[in-house]
Amino acid sequence: MKSYLSYFNLKFKTGLQYRAAAYAGIATQLFFGIIYTSVYIAFYESNASNYPMELNKLISFLWLNQAFFSLMYLWHKDKDILAIIKNGNIAYELCRPQDLYLMWASKILGERLSMVTLRFLPVLIFALLLPFPYKLILKTSIPFFLLSIIALVLSTFLSTFLILLCHIICMFTLDEKGIVNIFMVTADILSGLVIPIPFFPSFLQKISNILPFRYVSDFPFRLYVGDINIREGIIGIIIQLIWIIILVIIGRILSKRALRKAVIQGG
Amino acid sequence: MSFIEVKHINKTFKVPIREDGKFGAMKSFFNRKYRYINAIQDISFSIKKGEIVGYIGPNGAGKSTTIKILSGILTPDSGSVCIDKMTPWIDRKKYVSEIGVVFGQRSQLWWDIPAIDSFNLLKDIYKISDEEYEKTLNELIELLNLKDIMNIPVRQLSLGNRMKCEIAASLIHKPKILFLDEPTIGLDAVSKKAVRDFIKRINKTNNVTVILTTHDMSDIEALAKRIILIGKGSILYDGTIGKLKKNYDYLRKVKITTKDNIEIKRDYIINQVKIKDEIEFVIDIRKVELSDFIKAISSKISIIDIEIISNDIDDLIVRLYEEYKI
Repeated sequence: MKSYLSYFNLKFKTGLQYRAAAYAGIATQLFFGIIYTSVYIAFYESNASNYPMELNKLISFLWLNQAFFSLMYLWHKDKDILAIIKNGNIAYELCRPQDLYLMWASKILGERLSMVTLRFLPVLIFALLLPFPYKLILKTSIPFFLLSIIALVLSTFLSTFLILLCHIICMFTLDEKGIVNIFMVTADILSGLVIPIPFFPSFLQKISNILPFRYVSDFPFRLYVGDINIREGIIGIIIQLIWIIILVIIGRILSKRALRKAVIQGG
Repeated sequence: MSFIEVKHINKTFKVPIREDGKFGAMKSFFNRKYRYINAIQDISFSIKKGEIVGYIGPNGAGKSTTIKILSGILTPDSGSVCIDKMTPWIDRKKYVSEIGVVFGQRSQLWWDIPAIDSFNLLKDIYKISDEEYEKTLNELIELLNLKDIMNIPVRQLSLGNRMKCEIAASLIHKPKILFLDEPTIGLDAVSKKAVRDFIKRINKTNNVTVILTTHDMSDIEALAKRIILIGKGSILYDGTIGKLKKNYDYLRKVKITTKDNIEIKRDYIINQVKIKDEIEFVIDIRKVELSDFIKAISSKISIIDIEIISNDIDDLIVRLYEEYKI
C-alpha cells in the first residue's frame, strides 16, 4: 500500500509545481462560474415560475461545480500514462512488483487531487464574496453536509475509475482519440457539468440516473445544496458504491486481458 | 536444474497489413488482413547463476522479445521459462522484485523531477529498508559518479548521464538477475568503461547473473565469456567467444610497402592486391604462422613499412551473420 501512496505523493508534488496552470485554471473556473450564474439568473428573472431548481440552490450548485471542477471533469487525460502506452515505456511499469491497475489509479488520483487542492479555495472564496443573487451559499444542515461529504469522496473514486477505464481501453486502441473521446464527451454531458440534470428532458434524466456519470458531480453537490432529499441521497450513495465495484471489476478484467496481449511498441 | 531454464519458447506477433493505393486504407478498414511474424521460434538455453551472457544478433532478430519474455512483460505463445523456480509472466509480481531491467532506449525515470526522487520512489516500490537503501545508493553514486547529476531534473541531463541514472535505478533494489537491453547506447568512452566495470563488479561481488544484448561488440568482449547468437528468431550459436574466434577469426591482412615487385603463390594466401607501392595480402593463419610468412617475404624483398591488421570482433560478427545468411 505504501508504494501506491508514494506514487500518489510524487504525482501530488509534481502537480503542485505547476502554479501557472493553477492560476489559469482558477481564472477559467471563475469565468465559467460568472457566465453560468449570469445566464441562469437572466432566465429566472424573465420567468421564475416553472424551473426545476430553486435559484439560490442552482447558483450554489454551479459554484460548487466550478470550485471542484478539476476533481469532477471526466475528459481528464493522464499524459504520462498515454505516453508510455504509445511509446512502449509501459515495459518499465510492468517490471515493477506492483499491480498496474492500482498503480495507475493512484497516479490519476494524485494528479487530480493536487489540481483541486490548488484551485478550489480561491474559487470558493471568490464566490462567497459575490453579491446576492450571484453569491454561493454554503449553509446546509448537518445530515446533508455529512452525506454529501461521503458522496464527494465516493465520486472522487468514481471519476478516477471512469478515467482509468478510458486509459485502459487506450491499451487496445493505442490512442486516446476516437472511441475514448466520444465516451468522454458523452460522459461529460450526462454528468451534468454542462447543463444541470434537472433541466434535462425526462427521458434523458432517466438514462442519466442509471449511468454512473451523474453520480460524479451532479449528485454530491445537489445533495449539499439540498436539492436531493436524504432518502434519495442514501440511495445515490449505494448506487455510487455499486458503480465503483462494477468499474473496478471491468477495469481489472480489461487490464489483465490487455497485458496478456501486450505488444511493446517501438522494439 | 539451472538458474535460468528456457525451453522451446515461441512468440508470434500479429501485424495488420496496410494496403497501398488510393483505396487501400478503406479496404483494410472493412477487410483487415494480418501478417504473422515469428519473432522467436523454439528458443532454448540455460544459464547458471553468476554468469554473464551476451545475447547478440542483427536488428529484428528477436533479442528484445526474448528479454521481455524473460522479464515477465510478454507472454510467449508456447514453451516454458523457469527462473529461480518461478515462471516470469505467471509469478510476475514476486518475480520482478528480484530482477533489474535496463532498456537502453527507454526511460524509467520521471522526466520532470531529479533522478534522486525517482530513486526514492523505487525505494518505496521495492520496499527497501532505510539503511540498505542508503548503502546501495552511496555505492551507486560513487561507482557511477552520480553525485553532481542526480539532483538535476532528468529532462536536462545528457543522454549519457541519464543512462547512468537509469542503470542505477535498475540496481537500487539489488536484483539477483540483471537484464540489459543495449545499456551503453549513447555513452562516451569513459562512461562506457565505468558502466562495464560496474557490471563486472556487481557480477563478482554480488554474484548477479547478467544477460546483455548489445550491438557494441566491445561490450560483449569486455563483459561476456559466453555468447548466444540469435538470427531470424532462432539460436545459431551458443558458446564462448574464444571458440567463436578460433572458428571464424583466422584471416589477417598484411599491408607491405615496398619498391620491389613480388608475386607469390601459396595456399595460405587467400588474396593479394597491389596498389602503387602497397601490397595487401590476406593470410589464413591456420595454415601458416604469421612470423614465417613475414620471414619468407622479407627474404625476397626489402620492406619499407609493414602493417598487420587483425579483424576486430565486428568483422567476425559480420562474417558470422553472412555465414548464417541472416
